[in-house]
Amino acid sequence: MSPPDAPHPARAARRSPLAALSSWLERHLQTLVASLGKLVRQPFATVLTLGVIALALALPACLHLVVVNASAVTAGVGKTVQLSVYLKLPMTPEQAGKVRQGIAARDDVAEAKLVTPEEGLREFESLSGFGDALKALEGNPLPYVVTLRPADRFDSPEAVETLAGELRALPEVDIVQADTEWVRRLNAILAALEQVVRVAALLLGLGVVAIAGNTIRLDINGRREEIEVIKLVGGSNAFVRRPFLYSGVWYGLGGGLLAWLLVATAVGFLAAPIERVAALYASTFRLQGLDARAVLVLVGGGAVLGWIGSWLTATYHLRRIEPTA
Amino acid sequence: MIAFQRVHKRYPNGREALSEVSFDLASGEMAFLTGHSGAGKSTVLKLIALLERPTRGQVTVNGLVTSKVGSRGIPAFRRQVGVVFQDNKLLADRPIYDNVALPLVISGAARRDMDKRVRAALDQVGLLGKETSFPLELSAGEQQRVGIARAVITKPPVLIADEPTGNLDPDLALEVMNLFKRLNDVGVTVMVATHDVHLIERFRVRRIHIEHGQLAGMPPDVAA
Repeated sequence: MSPPDAPHPARAARRSPLAALSSWLERHLQTLVASLGKLVRQPFATVLTLGVIALALALPACLHLVVVNASAVTAGVGKTVQLSVYLKLPMTPEQAGKVRQGIAARDDVAEAKLVTPEEGLREFESLSGFGDALKALEGNPLPYVVTLRPADRFDSPEAVETLAGELRALPEVDIVQADTEWVRRLNAILAALEQVVRVAALLLGLGVVAIAGNTIRLDINGRREEIEVIKLVGGSNAFVRRPFLYSGVWYGLGGGLLAWLLVATAVGFLAAPIERVAALYASTFRLQGLDARAVLVLVGGGAVLGWIGSWLTATYHLRRIEPTA
Repeated sequence: MIAFQRVHKRYPNGREALSEVSFDLASGEMAFLTGHSGAGKSTVLKLIALLERPTRGQVTVNGLVTSKVGSRGIPAFRRQVGVVFQDNKLLADRPIYDNVALPLVISGAARRDMDKRVRAALDQVGLLGKETSFPLELSAGEQQRVGIARAVITKPPVLIADEPTGNLDPDLALEVMNLFKRLNDVGVTVMVATHDVHLIERFRVRRIHIEHGQLAGMPPDVAA
């Protein structure tokens, strides 16, 4: 605190770090509230900007939900994956039984069943319609087959492939058939969709940066005179920029919250019809909304993007506004 | 406090605004910068406020050579120099309090401190009680005094003014000029650019006269 008649109070003002921090906080808080007030005083323009940002954020959020829900629908498919292990010929029933026991004892196998050549032949006759032709064969050409279902924890396509590979290596085993192909395809589609979400999020995120930046640019142009005066009396670029950065954060934060609202509303509208569809398929599937982490990414991401957009434009434009008087 | 050493200024459009201008203004001294419109008075003030840089020569303000102040140093430099403009450059959408407090806000003064100093500055220019008015609600003379209050609120060692009485009738002009003299009496180095010869005849203050961008044979100096 300088005495009132000190010649150079600006330089003489030495304050304790605590006082400096509290005045720093006070200034930021003031700017924070003031910039919010500015937005509230021009509701129409603010709502338009928030709406555009919200739409840009809501789109990738919706795509994200499509992927999340599609993954949930297909999460249970592992239970239907079956492996068929064809044993080598010739093999006695005792040998085949031992192999089945060995397979069934594995941790990654839920259950293993032995199909004898006779059972296999009967099944083949009834399914293929080649019954008469098969009768013409001498004896039974079919081997013993062990059919198994992987344990729940090991039902991912990768784990199933590993299991199949290890079984193939057994000396008694001839061929292992794992029908993981369609699961692989499904997962590939989901992975592609996730990539689409990422690309869309990236592009629309850039869009949010551009929207916030452009809005701030207009704001800066509208307040040129004020900026010049502030610079004339010794305001630094950082000081002039600060309120614009807060505006950008408000735009992003508000847009993020609005996007959350939009997505939640959409989920609310779709939940009932989708549950009816699920019920018709005897499924207990329920449409998932955004979880806490996704909401945080949406709202926090919005704020960060708004800040980036305003920082870029404010830094660029404010440097070019120099007082001329 | 303010020193020009063989200062030369040519604007990008080729106009020679100043050539070979040298003068010294001691700390606590006051001077009128006189000359016709376009003689280069504004350029001198712009060089002092670092709104422009000299093409050649050296400008020193408050011990700082302006050519050694980088663009990042300009804001801190300008806080050492209070500037008053002919058109006062107040922010029309802000009350008087905010206008006067602006330099304090920029330098990060605490709120408590600010109230006290804004009142003191307004008191100094005779406008105490106008804190919540807006600039356009005040007369031209009052607006100019608000501009002065803003320029001196951080107690800068140097105060410069460009035609501060240009838009005022003689009584108000005298009042405003008296204010500058009082600020000088309390130790501020003051330089006022004006072409109002009749007005400055009433003050025993040094004159720096510029003609066509050069220091001209000064009209009889009066010791401050």
